[in-house]
Amino acid sequence: MPKDSGIGASSKRREDVRFLTGRGKYTADIQLHGQTYAAFARSNMAHARIVSIDTAAAEAMPGVLAVFTGADFAAVGGNPAGWLINSRDGTPMKEPKRPVLAHGKVRHVGDAYAAVIAETVEQAQAGVEALGAVFDELPAIVDMAAAVANPSNRVHDEIADNVCYDWGWIEDNRAAVDAAFKSAPHVTTLKLINNRLVPNAMEPRASIGVYDPGTEDYKLYTTSQNPHLTRLLVAAFVLGIPEHKLNVIAPDVGGGFGSKIYHYGEEALVLAASKRLGRPVKWVADRTESFLSDAHGRDHVTTIQLALEKDGTFLALRTETLANVGAYLSNFSTVTPTYLHGTLMAGPYKTPLVYVNVKTVFTNTAPVDAYRGAGRPEATYSIERVVDMAARELGLDPWELRAKNFITPDMFPYTTPVALQYDTGNYQATLDKLVELSDKAGFEGRAAESASRGKLRGLGLSTWVEACGIAPSALVGALGARIGLYDAATVRVNPTGNISVMVGAHSHGQGHETVFAQVVSSMLGIPEANIDIVHGDTAKIPFGMGSYGSRSLAVCGSAMTKAVDKIIAKGKKIAAHMLEAAEGDIVFENGNFSVTGTDKKKTFGEIAFSAYVPHNYPLETLEPGLEETAFYDPANFTYPAGAYACEVEVDPETGKVEVMAFTCADDFGNVMNPMIVEGQVHGGVAQGIGQALLENTTYDATGQLTTASYMDYTMPRADDLPMYVVDHSCSTPCTHNPLGVKGCGEAGAIGSPPAVVNAVIDALARAGRPVAHIDMPLSPSRVWAAMNA
Amino acid sequence: MYAFEIERPSTIAAAASALAHDGAQALSGGQTLIPSLKARLASPEVLISLTGIGEMQGVCIADDGSLCIGGATTHATVTRDAATKFPALAHLASMIGDPAVRNRGTVGGSLANNDPSACYPAAALGTGATIVTNTRKIAADDYFQGMFSTALHEGEIITEVRFPVPHKANYQKFVQPASRFALVGVFVAKYAGGVRVAVTGASDSGVFRWTAAETALSANFAASALDGLTVDPDGMIADLHGTPEYRAHLIKVMTKRAVAAA
Repeated sequence: MPKDSGIGASSKRREDVRFLTGRGKYTADIQLHGQTYAAFARSNMAHARIVSIDTAAAEAMPGVLAVFTGADFAAVGGNPAGWLINSRDGTPMKEPKRPVLAHGKVRHVGDAYAAVIAETVEQAQAGVEALGAVFDELPAIVDMAAAVANPSNRVHDEIADNVCYDWGWIEDNRAAVDAAFKSAPHVTTLKLINNRLVPNAMEPRASIGVYDPGTEDYKLYTTSQNPHLTRLLVAAFVLGIPEHKLNVIAPDVGGGFGSKIYHYGEEALVLAASKRLGRPVKWVADRTESFLSDAHGRDHVTTIQLALEKDGTFLALRTETLANVGAYLSNFSTVTPTYLHGTLMAGPYKTPLVYVNVKTVFTNTAPVDAYRGAGRPEATYSIERVVDMAARELGLDPWELRAKNFITPDMFPYTTPVALQYDTGNYQATLDKLVELSDKAGFEGRAAESASRGKLRGLGLSTWVEACGIAPSALVGALGARIGLYDAATVRVNPTGNISVMVGAHSHGQGHETVFAQVVSSMLGIPEANIDIVHGDTAKIPFGMGSYGSRSLAVCGSAMTKAVDKIIAKGKKIAAHMLEAAEGDIVFENGNFSVTGTDKKKTFGEIAFSAYVPHNYPLETLEPGLEETAFYDPANFTYPAGAYACEVEVDPETGKVEVMAFTCADDFGNVMNPMIVEGQVHGGVAQGIGQALLENTTYDATGQLTTASYMDYTMPRADDLPMYVVDHSCSTPCTHNPLGVKGCGEAGAIGSPPAVVNAVIDALARAGRPVAHIDMPLSPSRVWAAMNA
Repeated sequence: MYAFEIERPSTIAAAASALAHDGAQALSGGQTLIPSLKARLASPEVLISLTGIGEMQGVCIADDGSLCIGGATTHATVTRDAATKFPALAHLASMIGDPAVRNRGTVGGSLANNDPSACYPAAALGTGATIVTNTRKIAADDYFQGMFSTALHEGEIITEVRFPVPHKANYQKFVQPASRFALVGVFVAKYAGGVRVAVTGASDSGVFRWTAAETALSANFAASALDGLTVDPDGMIADLHGTPEYRAHLIKVMTKRAVAAA
């Protein structure tokens, strides 16, 4: 019998009522008195020196109030990288300044070099067109291999080979890994590209800067996944505003997928402009600006090698990757290809030796940073493709080959050769569940039916593990992080017993307002409807590191349960006084504080009222009020895992791939809201199928973005996707957080791309037209070309 | 978007008069023009909307049996009102864009723009349609003059399109994955006097007739009649979504499928 509320119930997403009825309030919906508008001048060259910018004509245009160029921000700070990575030789990474507006050079198409503030959007745009900018165009650096090989052509004049760092993980393992490869009976080698993606959140980025000359306070409304982090970056690092004078509000946010984690120059610009003008300054990106200037994702070129015994036992794995970081270091760009990628290269397998090398390269393209999955999709794709290829080369069953090499349940906690400690898991269980749910036994019959219609059917598999809820702060600090990765929550019980919970996590599609209320409801025994989740405002919430990396419930949810525990503990003290019993005799169950073994009790509401109307209250030992805050710094990552199967049909005449079935058997530990978890997996798989079959981001040799609109950038649409079968019954609860939960937000995007590609390779092999590898996206033209090569 | 004026005349004569002014631009659905305006790529002083002209609306059968569609008739109306009279054309219209596009975009707008990947040019050329304007009648074979180029004069208005209704016809569209315009679209129509085959999406020169296929199919209207034919990739479009060789290959595949489905 499904539960109808609280933990484990598929409570309907309460926030969807306002989203689906047009009552959400996004940054673009906010209209302030005296509001002005910013428009940005963006480079149409990939690489050029700025010779001069004549602003006189623009300043004289109707409605134009101010013009800003890079010179206006020369004295303030740059937007920093959040993580310092050291190269293999111990030298620190190269960290060029990322200015608010480009100064000296423009470094990618879309790089903003000036901004015009005017009374209307159109007047601001006309002002941009009236700018007289003179550029001295330089050769564009687009291809990573060429960027590394040609040290004289530089994205940043001070960085000779365009390499940010040359990272090895773990450097001490390298000799042993190389030795294992020398003596291995079989080595499978695969060179692949993990295609660059544009995040394409439904809501484009938008910001409003508001300066109050009376109090000298600033307010920033912005599309952020983490308002406190944005406050820290724009205030402390860039503009030098004291944090207590800046309130950052991220109201309803329409999707982020990572792209709204980061602080962008537009946020600093609207704040600085609002101070100069004494009026609010608003900017809303159009879709073209989003394509050109949002941080992109992925973009790795990798050679991966797997050494095996002839029986399929994995002996060693090594990779060499060039990771594109674009023109500037976005905030998480340095950690994504390293500690979120290299540390995952063991996958769910007991491969004894692993070595990962990543060179991160500057190019004249938009910055690249974490995008749904952030490093783990890149790792999973590399591993799961090379394992599949090895199975084909050795004539082994790819399902059996994986199972043979799984870390087994008795081995947990398991320390991988790339330094993660998996706390728990059961990879065989999810694989067995997948065999059942995907009706693997019936595949041959379905393949025959496809063949009768002239289609080639294939079955692909991926077994994966990922690390999310990145932590603990002490560890990440030792590895170079410049931030902590805890979270915080305040539980405020109001006098009549209803509750506001202020959380540091930010919901921009995930459904926190529903799920977090379910957890509090179960813990306190009060209806979900009496609980509101408050997020996205630095003036309301205690602190928070925001939402990304599938961390919200595992990290912030844990802080919230700690705060609720404090509420219950205080309630017991109040109840003990009111019931004239010892505190140790008070039990809290189903919303009632009672004296054990008696019928004496007080309801939660009575205790709350007493806390605020303390007439009968232990004032000499206890403060009135019922509000508690907790911070939580996890002991470890959480390690969700799963097994995914994809069935495709390939049209041999056109190369078109159709996904016929997609089945997921996930282990997310304890599940708070099954419907929301399934929705997260659906969305992640949609993006994974998008990466595998549809989406690609290409720059031509001159650095022009050739996929800058939906006319050429293929977003997955409903009719590109099958009905999913999603299961999360194989649960091994997380061992180190109070709810036993693991992250679920990125799993679908991590596990699915290799399953899709493996299915297409399988279809072609079964048809007697074997192709070793096709790079994503497996578009019709690419598949057809590979089949006819 | 730059500021502009908009007029909505109710007669063809008034529209033609309005379009005679410098800076005037016809608007008939706006599925290409409005995005261009929003991107500040065009700055007409005045838009002359053609969609309020009653005599340019609707679908009917002419005395000679051809299907007449008013120039300002939307794809959605064609989908509905041509369904029994010319099912292949109704089907073509039903696959253009999405419902929002089909409720705004018009046959006249599509043919006047002559996007090399649009669907209607394949139907017009594939049926030997007549493009009727406010001043003359133009045979489809004379009308299409390369990508985005037509026989229309400045200010000339497509008031009606007359499609001879074939005995058999079919349109096969292999979509460009992102835009869902035709990467290759083939319209095949069989008449008493022979077969016409028109190809859109594929050529650098815009919509064209595949005459070798027409000859083969006129002799034997079967997919197998095309077995020995190939399309020369020279002159085909090369872009992110397909090479000239791929498009040339798809032309034959889609033509065969159209014949089989006709």
